[in-house]
Amino acid sequence: MPTVSNTFDAQAPDGPERYLQVIGPDGSRTPCPELDDWVQDVDTRVLGDLYVDMACIRRLDQEGTALQRQGELGLWAPLLGQEAAQIGSGRALDRNDFIFPSYREHGVAYCRGVNPHDLLRMWRGAAPSGWNPYEVNMANQQIVIGAQTLHAAGYGMGLKLDGSTSAVITYFGDGATSQGDVNEAMVFAASYQAPVLFFCQNNHWAISEPVTRQTTGYIADRAKGFGLATWRVDGNDVVAVLAATRAALAHVRSGTGPAFIEAVTYRMGAHTTADDPTRYRDALELEEWAAKDPLDRIAAHLDSLGADLEALKLRASAAADALAAGLREAITTMPDPSVDDLFAHVYSHGHSWLEGQREEYRLYLDSFAADAEVSR
Amino acid sequence: MKTLTFSQALNSGLRAAMEHDDKVVLMGEDIGKLGGVFRITDGLQKDFGAHRVIDTPLAESGIVGTAIGLAFRGYRPVVEIQFDGFVYPAFDQIVSQLAKMHFRSRGNVKLPVTIRIPFGGGIGSPEHHSESPEAYFAHTAGLRVVSPSNPEDAYWMLQQAIADDDPVIFLEPKRRYHQRGDVDLDQVPEEGSLYKAKIVRPGSDLTLIAYGPLVKTALDAATAAEDEGIDIEVIDLRSIEPVDFETLGASVRKTGRVVITHEAGKFAGIGAELAASLTERCFDHLDHAPVRVTGFDIPYPPAKLENHHLPDLDRILDGVDRAMRRTGTQLGEDG
Repeated sequence: MPTVSNTFDAQAPDGPERYLQVIGPDGSRTPCPELDDWVQDVDTRVLGDLYVDMACIRRLDQEGTALQRQGELGLWAPLLGQEAAQIGSGRALDRNDFIFPSYREHGVAYCRGVNPHDLLRMWRGAAPSGWNPYEVNMANQQIVIGAQTLHAAGYGMGLKLDGSTSAVITYFGDGATSQGDVNEAMVFAASYQAPVLFFCQNNHWAISEPVTRQTTGYIADRAKGFGLATWRVDGNDVVAVLAATRAALAHVRSGTGPAFIEAVTYRMGAHTTADDPTRYRDALELEEWAAKDPLDRIAAHLDSLGADLEALKLRASAAADALAAGLREAITTMPDPSVDDLFAHVYSHGHSWLEGQREEYRLYLDSFAADAEVSR
Repeated sequence: MKTLTFSQALNSGLRAAMEHDDKVVLMGEDIGKLGGVFRITDGLQKDFGAHRVIDTPLAESGIVGTAIGLAFRGYRPVVEIQFDGFVYPAFDQIVSQLAKMHFRSRGNVKLPVTIRIPFGGGIGSPEHHSESPEAYFAHTAGLRVVSPSNPEDAYWMLQQAIADDDPVIFLEPKRRYHQRGDVDLDQVPEEGSLYKAKIVRPGSDLTLIAYGPLVKTALDAATAAEDEGIDIEVIDLRSIEPVDFETLGASVRKTGRVVITHEAGKFAGIGAELAASLTERCFDHLDHAPVRVTGFDIPYPPAKLENHHLPDLDRILDGVDRAMRRTGTQLGEDG
């Protein structure tokens, strides 16, 4: 008779993790019939570029954390460990594909060419968001868990109405899959066969709650129940993520319905700079995942191909240094918002009540200037 | 000029908006073949196609959330929430997403989404079918909240709401759906008039403010008060957010007395805002504190009790008596 647990601690699926992989943690290339065709063009040069990309966003993340510690940013959501998931998917997208991210997709924004200024503005508290979504085809960061997946589903419905060949991708974490909105988004996308790619970065932790608190099985299996084509990939294998994203995008572009990718990865840092992961997770688990590092395995793989690793690492550090310098400069040159920004953009056109409040506050502030004038 | 019921006027308004702009799409549960549970979208799917009159899955957050995505893509979705009490599952998408996206994106993303909600009581329905949620939405920056009270306003205000680049919560007084009235289809209202209150009955002794379902009741009360020698000015608020305080203030400064009536509960309701703001603006002109005649602060009661809950002609007249310092109940003077 099976043991019945008297707690609510869910169990992970028995046996080893099952996911698609192209390059193993030790850098070895393993045949993957489901994905190989999608990455035939990935030669030493492309691998090198992916490595540089990942090195850059790892540095971006280090700088973000450091800037928060120095008081320059109010908060930062680290992506350390998730470089392959973000670069692999971000580099698979076409320029016209639209992205609805959560708040951790700095790497995807980097792929989109969002400039450092715009990337940091929200985290600094200088504005509610950084960039114009229509300039980079990427919505602003979403903080409410899973809310953006519905926006992606609706955008995808719009693409379909327009007869567009573009796709829409939405990013979210394992915790988000418990939210009603994510489930509703899959219902809508499937029902209208909208070209939506749901990209779940299963980084194993929703702040302090392990993925087993969200599900007792594989998240990708759940998506199958909604009628989505699904891929479960090693999220620390940038080539596998690139391949799966290309395959899934081809599927959604074919008009036969949405797709779902579960990229199995690990958040090596804190949820945000406001929490302390040592309170809730085991150091051994970190060690285990450090051995699956996405950058190390590409380096090892390139090494096995006889590539000039030293030259590559020099190129990567030069690119990362330039990015870091850009981030630092963005902070030093970013102006504080003005009082006018307080009332701007609440509505797209005149609003009598708000205009009254703005005017009242302006008069109030002016009264200090007038007082100063008198006392001079 | 055409005589239409309230629901026909809404249907015609939707049709006109869809003809005017092919980016206007309707979304909601049962709005296609059925034409909506109140038949407001009757015949529109047949004429405009299932791609423009979209029957949705049964998921309110999904309906509003995907409407946001469609608006992101350049569409102008008009969402039907089947009943007022079913809007709450969509509350997060409305207040945290729809209302804030323009601000969040620093003006780059416009979300011209209209959310139609049949609201209010008086039709003998079960729980969740008779609510008055306007204060929740009026309290949320970024939303505009309007409610027509007659077929002509229904026709024009709906088209104006759809044409507005901001999200609009459009509250339809469901117990007035069968009310008939003249609609001038040719007299296009001037720009910005969606957010103007209307003096629907001029008077000199007291200002009576109502919106949506209670405008008719307020007019009936004013007619009854005339027999007692009280000349009431009735104002149809029309726009709940923003409020046209210019029109309201001018009236209150003229009459010196104000009664506000709505179906929603009194505590932290729209009446509280109107009373406070009018007192701030017109204190020196007031002969009596503003009086509110509202629903009680209870969950919407079962149908057999709703006539006690909903302000009717007599309760409004009782409020008028209090404001006129004539006899009347002494509600609200216990604290």
